[in-house]
Amino acid sequence: MSFLTRRRIERTSDGSIALRLPEGERELLASLSQELRSLLGSAPDDPGLRRLFPPAYDDPVDQIDYRELTHDGLLAGRQRTLESLERTASAERLDDEEAHAWLTALNDLRLVLGTRLDVQEGLSLAELSPRNPRAREYGVYAYLSWLQEQLVEALAAVE
Amino acid sequence: MSTTLTPSEVEVREPVRHEERRHERPWIVIVWNDPINLMSYVTLVFQKLFGYTREKATKLMLQVHHEGKAVVSSGTREKAEYDVSRLHAHGLWATMRQD
Repeated sequence: MSFLTRRRIERTSDGSIALRLPEGERELLASLSQELRSLLGSAPDDPGLRRLFPPAYDDPVDQIDYRELTHDGLLAGRQRTLESLERTASAERLDDEEAHAWLTALNDLRLVLGTRLDVQEGLSLAELSPRNPRAREYGVYAYLSWLQEQLVEALAAVE
Repeated sequence: MSTTLTPSEVEVREPVRHEERRHERPWIVIVWNDPINLMSYVTLVFQKLFGYTREKATKLMLQVHHEGKAVVSSGTREKAEYDVSRLHAHGLWATMRQD
């Protein structure tokens, strides 16, 4: 996978996060984000979104209370981070707040896509046949993982 | 009088003390292993949410990865609920229970 060779995200000497993303990747990220945001808005109970809202309690009554208390806030927070990614999809630099929004948004995209693909521990894309009908989705998942890993490294790097 | 008072005091106090102890038992927050969240991301979330050093956050992340789960924080029910909801906001699979 030759497209996975050049780093896209790095911490710069002025402390900001540099985004060196080709236009096509920026468009992909913005469109995935819009897609997820629209799903969250229209069908927040879609089973594909279950990993975004896991249960806190084993006890069903406690869980109903927890959901009542937190669900709207968690949903609104996710919408905000996705909006932030879309707003800054063309940016060359991100401040820390924007970078953390990207981090959460990328993770949410991976959680939803990974749930849809039923990703298991130790997934090896090298073994995946290009003729697999879901090869493109696996490719997007791998791309998002690669990008998120770089963002984590950039954020963890000492400013 | 002392012989009649003392047992009744004990009888009254003991269930209360027992009840208090039950309420005082801390709530623990558990993070479970999942195949999607990146190890480096989980470490960063532990540092960011709980202010843990990278060393402590890495140790907890590895415990989640190898043992399937780890206790990442504890305290009152309210604090545990707050911590769980912040972990959920970051996409981690967290649950809570009384220790």
